[in-house]
Amino acid sequence: MATILDAKGLNKSFGAVTAAKDIHVAVEADSIVGLIGSNGAGKTTFINMVTGYLKPDTGSIVFNGRDITALRPRNITRLGICRSFQIPQLFNSMTVGENLLVGVGIVAGTGGGWAAAGATASSPAAVVDTMLDRFGLGHVRDRQAGLLPEGTRKLLDIAMAMVVQPRILLLDEPTSGVSADEKFTLMDMVMAAVRESRVTVLFVEHDMEIVERYTQRILAFYEGRIIADGVPSHVLADPEVRRYVIGEHVPAAEGTAGHA
Amino acid sequence: MAQLLAVVIDGLIYSSWLFIIAVGLTLIYGVMKILNIAHGSLYALGAFAAVSFTSAWFNAGLPAAGSFGMLALAAIVVGLIAGPVIERGLLQFQYGKDEVVLVLVTYALFLILEDLIKFIWGVDPLFVQGPMGETPYSMLGTISVGELTYPGYNLLLVAVAIATGLVLAWALSSTRSGKLLKAVIHDREMSAALGINVGMTYFVTFTVGATLAAIGGALTAPTVSVITGMGAEVIVLAFAVVVIGGLGSLGGAALGAVIVGLVRAAAVHYYPEAELFSIYFVMALVLILRPKGLFSGAEVRKI
Amino acid sequence: MKFDRTCIAIVGLAVVLLIAGPLLPAWAVSLANVSLCLGTVVLGMMLLMRTGLVSFGHGLYYCLGAYAAGTLENLVKVSDIALMVLAGAAVTAVVSGLLGLLLSRYREIFFAMLSLAFSMILYGLLVKSAALGSTDGFNISAKTLAGFAVDGDSRRVVLYSIAVIVTLGSALLLHLYLSSHRGRLAGAIRDNELRVEYMGASVRATIHVNYVISAVLAGIGGALMAVNIGHIDPEMAYWPQSGEFVFVAILSGTGSVFAPLAGALVFETIRSFAYEYSPNTWQMVLGITMLLVILFLPGGLWSIFKRRKAG
Repeated sequence: MATILDAKGLNKSFGAVTAAKDIHVAVEADSIVGLIGSNGAGKTTFINMVTGYLKPDTGSIVFNGRDITALRPRNITRLGICRSFQIPQLFNSMTVGENLLVGVGIVAGTGGGWAAAGATASSPAAVVDTMLDRFGLGHVRDRQAGLLPEGTRKLLDIAMAMVVQPRILLLDEPTSGVSADEKFTLMDMVMAAVRESRVTVLFVEHDMEIVERYTQRILAFYEGRIIADGVPSHVLADPEVRRYVIGEHVPAAEGTAGHA
Repeated sequence: MAQLLAVVIDGLIYSSWLFIIAVGLTLIYGVMKILNIAHGSLYALGAFAAVSFTSAWFNAGLPAAGSFGMLALAAIVVGLIAGPVIERGLLQFQYGKDEVVLVLVTYALFLILEDLIKFIWGVDPLFVQGPMGETPYSMLGTISVGELTYPGYNLLLVAVAIATGLVLAWALSSTRSGKLLKAVIHDREMSAALGINVGMTYFVTFTVGATLAAIGGALTAPTVSVITGMGAEVIVLAFAVVVIGGLGSLGGAALGAVIVGLVRAAAVHYYPEAELFSIYFVMALVLILRPKGLFSGAEVRKI
Repeated sequence: MKFDRTCIAIVGLAVVLLIAGPLLPAWAVSLANVSLCLGTVVLGMMLLMRTGLVSFGHGLYYCLGAYAAGTLENLVKVSDIALMVLAGAAVTAVVSGLLGLLLSRYREIFFAMLSLAFSMILYGLLVKSAALGSTDGFNISAKTLAGFAVDGDSRRVVLYSIAVIVTLGSALLLHLYLSSHRGRLAGAIRDNELRVEYMGASVRATIHVNYVISAVLAGIGGALMAVNIGHIDPEMAYWPQSGEFVFVAILSGTGSVFAPLAGALVFETIRSFAYEYSPNTWQMVLGITMLLVILFLPGGLWSIFKRRKAG
């Protein structure tokens, strides 16, 4: 498969703190990748660099053969990389439908190569309705976004990233703040929506059950470095990962089966 | 050379006056995050009260020198009445609202106080003047610097400005209440959680700020004709001073006052047409180059 | 962007006002006229507020529009109303286009203060410009409309009709803009700028465009007012004038393009009565009204109407 995103030698430090150290990642199109690591390990820094919120000190990020390292977030979004947020970033005074309509409007307004062919054929309202259906938000269409429960806010936040038709979707802790019985439903919906639109997904997650179930590949971060990269079964069994990411007491050289 | 000296002296006198007016505004903003448009009205109230107090004094036939005491008394009375009334009666219900909404609240207050002044003192110009025409302004004689002559009263302005600045700086850095105040400025919620009485801090701050505005007005009263609308003129100048220095910064208010004072004096001497223009041009320039004023720390934004 | 019920209502209102003009008593025509001019300015304030910005210096554009119209008449000797109003719009578009480059970086109180500084710069320039009458300003007299003489008895009604067409035309265009994709970004920016950027739109460009639109509306309002009153002076750029615009915008609310028009009418009505009966307490009435609106009607007078409609 073709590489859609290629990060080469990313370094980033904030004063004495190293948030990214020599990060090399090549992501294949249509893959689903999980980013794990304890707080401060550099996962969100990676997402922030890919989406243009932070500029790496050194290194480059190439998307679809184009260097996007120096671009602003909105230009990166227009090229086809979009993100969700750990704390949902909504238009709180608007209704759920209007939240999505803003995105549809931006895509329609900027036009050109950004909007995928076919999307322009349907009316903005129809696009919104399709997205509401995919995320099971139809029943709250006319509710004010600021007054929704957290799980619904999370869903809307992700739907807002999807509505601008990304090729790559970065999810920052999609299930944080979502109750245990809701999180699989949420992920199932997101994954179904993603599959329908053929989107590559990178997502940061602390819940190893979720990571194991939904990803084909895991990147484990520790102190700004990637300490393991591979298929879930392999990465989750890695002793370093078990010690530094999952937090088990594991002797340096050996690993045990199963996890917490 | 003589003209340059005149620019500097005029500038510093004007700076002193500006500082007295602006320091209360920046103090209130620093602690309460309220950009108080009604500060201009409190200044005007101080001036009008100064007229009433001094004329009562002169009318009683008391020695003219005592009129200085009346200026001070007028300012303190205005500050101690208007400050608490406004803070307890109106502002305490507004805390936590958006900064822009708070500006609008004080703008409404400004409108109300403007007419209150007309209601109490009428619309004709008033003067601080004794029966023989003596005023605190003329009583202090003149001072000569080389070939230049200045009213001694201006020296009083400079002295009051310096004293105000020093006392406030000392109070903030060396007294217990000053340190608590700094804690509130730094982090309101945390201070409240640590048991600092934030409400009391606001009350005291606003009263002190109001008194400072009234002192500015009372000290200005003998030098001008006291008229309605004087508050509107002054508040926008005070905004320029505190915005240039950095909102909420004591040192910033001093620096802003000196900059505006010198710029205006230079304009008056070299190109009088630019007197007003120059002040706001500098204000815009500073905002463009350093959006949060000269004395301001960087803020961090995080996702 | 589509022609909805509000559009029909705006056109309908315009027709009614145009027909009513010649039938109304002189004082009502004058009052309506002034309200319409003010309403145009407040339409612009409303757009800024929807974008989350409050300008304490929109007097800058009000004054510029008026002086552009007045200068055209006095110095260039062009006294056609249409050209004067166009001059007001053109000058404000250019100036706000330039200043907007800077102001679109500012928010909250800093936006308010930089706007204030710019308007005070104009004020400072005008009060010292002897050629433009310094603090006294100067008189202007618009004489024609598209070549036809405007004078005599019909003058008042003709000026009123122009104001109706220009103001309601502006309201119609603004409504269409607000219901367009680009217009909808205003509220999105007020709510969450970060998200707007991450959805691929430029916050600064949108604010810039909205700023220019609001400035041009203020310029048109100023030019219309100048033509109507026949006199202009630097007070139009002084900060209390800008404060008045903020006041009327708060009073009106931002719920609909009708709100600024209704708010302006209420304001001018209170003002004309208060001036007559109680000239020295009129600001107090304003101040108290404003406090009441901020405390009890954060959505402005328009929210009463909406609540009733909903209930």
